[in-house]
Amino acid sequence: MKFGILISEGPYTHQAADSAYHFTKAALENGHEIERVFFYHDGVNVGTRLSVPPQDERNLQKDWSALAAEHKIDLVICIAAAQRRGLLDENEAKRQGKDANNIAEGFRISGLGQLIEMGILSDRLMTFGD
Amino acid sequence: MSTLHTVNKSPFATKTLLSCLNHASKGDSILLIEDGVYGALKGSELAEIITTKAKDFSVFLLAPDMKARGINEDKLIENIELVDYAKFVDMAAKHDLNQAWL
Amino acid sequence: MTDTVKKFLYVNRKAPYGTIYALESLEVVLIGAAFDQDVSLAFLDDGVFQLTKGQDTKEIGVKNFSPTYRALGDYEVTKLYVEKESLDERGLSEADLQELVWEDEDDDYAEKPSIHIISRKEMADLMANQDVVLSF
Repeated sequence: MKFGILISEGPYTHQAADSAYHFTKAALENGHEIERVFFYHDGVNVGTRLSVPPQDERNLQKDWSALAAEHKIDLVICIAAAQRRGLLDENEAKRQGKDANNIAEGFRISGLGQLIEMGILSDRLMTFGD
Repeated sequence: MSTLHTVNKSPFATKTLLSCLNHASKGDSILLIEDGVYGALKGSELAEIITTKAKDFSVFLLAPDMKARGINEDKLIENIELVDYAKFVDMAAKHDLNQAWL
Repeated sequence: MTDTVKKFLYVNRKAPYGTIYALESLEVVLIGAAFDQDVSLAFLDDGVFQLTKGQDTKEIGVKNFSPTYRALGDYEVTKLYVEKESLDERGLSEADLQELVWEDEDDDYAEKPSIHIISRKEMADLMANQDVVLSF
């Protein structure tokens, strides 16, 4: 099966990004494909390069970046939700005249159309939110 | 056509589980994850209504979330099947549709 | 991909303004309209509050996005299902909701209502018969 994963809540505050991570790992281990992982609402905050969680806790951003790199997973952050919440890649930062960008390795910023497309292309769409 | 419903909130905090039970169709599966696992506690003031409404469906519990919250298997209402993430994936693939109740 | 038409259901169960879900759900619907899928919107539980008329947000300083629902017809999003039991539980009726219409170009552009009040059972059936369910 091709799974599309929608993550609608931010890291640490909600369990959504963790549950989605474990589900995605299990799906890959079972031979399924991940069409895309789409981050919406506060979920965009999973993709910040600047988080420094305590050393003895999991690092959600690094975990997702590593999983994506290992399995070539498309991690997409919604641009509208990201702009609201201050997640910018280099291009966006330049375009918006901001003095910094903060997106993490392996994540890309794109439009909401990518969510709809994920729904069309996937066999199953899973939502992890609140 | 059958649906896998996931519920991630405690029924003591919100009405989400009850709403899910009110909208599921015969043959659907309901998987309690995250704080949703509290919906499977026996002896709670919601246990009876949950058990009654759940009769037409198969109810599952994500064991990792249950263990995390210190819930023992013997504290659960009847006919709840424990699953792990691998089985969660299986169920998501086998049902035609997935609906998350947030 | 452009040939695939799936039945998409957007499930709205939360009230507007207290959280962002209602607004950002609507934003998905508007963008999604360009993909020519078979789109339905479901409003149940507190989601029915999203469609009430007379929303005036001036004094809380946030944008009143309720007029956007009136534009849905122009985006060919014409199927908005509101659950009767959810309205009843909240002491609301159809009269409390905005009047949303769409123009049927196959019927001389006749104006038709976009909102359909349906029962809980009908809502369950609607949900069961989708290809993709997006919950917010």
